[in-house]
Amino acid sequence: MLNDIFIAPFVDMVEAPDFLMQVLWEGLVSGILYALIALGFVLIFRSSRIFNFAQGIMVVFAALTLVGLFAMGVPAWISVGLTLGVMFVLAVVIERVVLRPLVGQPDIILFMATIGITLFLIGFGETIFGGENKVMITEELGIPTGDTVLEPFGGLLILQHLDITVVIVATLLVAGLLAFLNYTQMGRAIRALGDDHQAALSVGISLQTIWVLVWFIAGIIALVTGIAWGARAGVSFALEVIAYKALPVLMLGGLESITGAIVGGLMIGILEKLFEIYWGQPLLGGNTETWFAFVLALIVLLFRPQGLFGERIIERV
Amino acid sequence: MKDTEGYVTADGRQIGGTLMEMRNITLRFGGVVAIQDISFDIHEGEVRAIIGPNGAGKSSMLNVISGFYTPSEGEVWYKGSKRPPMKPYEVARQGVARTFQNIALFEGMTVLDNVMTGRLTHMNAGLASQALWWGKARDEEMENREKVERVIDFLEIQNIRKTPVGRLPYGLKKRVELARALAAEPSLLLLDEPMAGMNVEEKEDMSRFILDVNDEFGTTICLIEHDMGVVMDLSDRVVVMDYGKKIGDGTPDEVRNNQDVIDAYLGVPH
Repeated sequence: MLNDIFIAPFVDMVEAPDFLMQVLWEGLVSGILYALIALGFVLIFRSSRIFNFAQGIMVVFAALTLVGLFAMGVPAWISVGLTLGVMFVLAVVIERVVLRPLVGQPDIILFMATIGITLFLIGFGETIFGGENKVMITEELGIPTGDTVLEPFGGLLILQHLDITVVIVATLLVAGLLAFLNYTQMGRAIRALGDDHQAALSVGISLQTIWVLVWFIAGIIALVTGIAWGARAGVSFALEVIAYKALPVLMLGGLESITGAIVGGLMIGILEKLFEIYWGQPLLGGNTETWFAFVLALIVLLFRPQGLFGERIIERV
Repeated sequence: MKDTEGYVTADGRQIGGTLMEMRNITLRFGGVVAIQDISFDIHEGEVRAIIGPNGAGKSSMLNVISGFYTPSEGEVWYKGSKRPPMKPYEVARQGVARTFQNIALFEGMTVLDNVMTGRLTHMNAGLASQALWWGKARDEEMENREKVERVIDFLEIQNIRKTPVGRLPYGLKKRVELARALAAEPSLLLLDEPMAGMNVEEKEDMSRFILDVNDEFGTTICLIEHDMGVVMDLSDRVVVMDYGKKIGDGTPDEVRNNQDVIDAYLGVPH
């Protein structure tokens, strides 16, 4: 038993390095998507202290809109543009109808409001697009679908072109967001608003503008993840689950930390894959990916309640 | 406007016309009257102080000027026209910068980033331009950075430029807050108790900076302060408030000899 837990898996890893690389690669692909989604949460949380429960359904909604528009005969890339437009309108509407009237309410009220948004979008999405599963328009968007086979250490490593594209696009998006937040005035305004509302107002930052902006960014992130995940698993309301995968990422990384979201996302993506393949399947009968991340996050929380990168709140008594 | 002509101060500086005028301002919170029918003006280039005992309504007045409170009655005139009710960020964009009594900085950001946010009111580049770091946004960022560096030099905080604000001691935080307000190149700079909680040395430093700012950039300054000695040395004209009413207005010497003011500070029963 101890052998199975502490020795055998590592022996396997060393003996078949090509297979280990395959596992790491697949972990990386999901990890970067988790990181991207978590970033959407962090941006909204930092600028408004709202835990955006609706992030998941936004992924579904974006993907459904894209596929739906294409089905209506709109060319693929124009559909992408229009979907971005829809996400922007959604951001404006959410700010106007939900956030603005609730300014200054306790955090829990705003959290409940995002649950409301979630339920509304589920119903609204189903009314418009129907509940049945759809296929992501991967090829029409020009996303390559073949694969490249490498032979490291005389073994076999299969890299799906779809996965490579996802990694590249998501990395660019994350890097772009980081640069935007750190080196532009708008980005500074977003970070500033998270730190102190009063001070932000006094330097001319408009709450409303920034809120629309962060919700729109969350919408863009939703669309990208929707395309990437939809291409692998099909477009259905089950896609929402990917956003809940971001929850342990947030627990691990801390709700305020952008670095935490990225590192946490990658960590969870890779670790859950490793655990599933080397421990989960041989010892526990598999399917550990659904819960492993949460257990990991709980263990981290036991030792660091603020997450690995979160702000430690020290109060003077 | 009634009084648009300037005047010459005791130390021989020429003060310009009226920049801001408060006309019969009253501010109520439910049944409580925080400010009762107060009028005064601020001239261009002067250092104007609002003083008064605790709870006199000084901070409320500053919040009215900066748009955080909307007066229940009365008018605010700014640069020759009546100001409609505005949000604080709109007031900021009109060139009114402020600091806060209990320091409102962006704790997680560096000193440099904090001061850079002061330039937000001068931001013209669109979102797309900023997102792509292209064209206008890039030029603006360079220009803003230059101006910010000048302010940082001026207030002698070069050595802590990259330090997260949360780690700084109190006195320096106050100075960073001043730097952020100055970076906006404001027409009117509001300082809410800039010297509260400081030791003597820090107070002297802050006084020097305030005078230098006024001198060097010609910035109009309106400040609230508890410390009578400091106020009298710094300001050209002083408004005295007590229990939400104005009880004195004039040069430091005039105010010092005003019986109502003396009573208010000595606590003569009303």
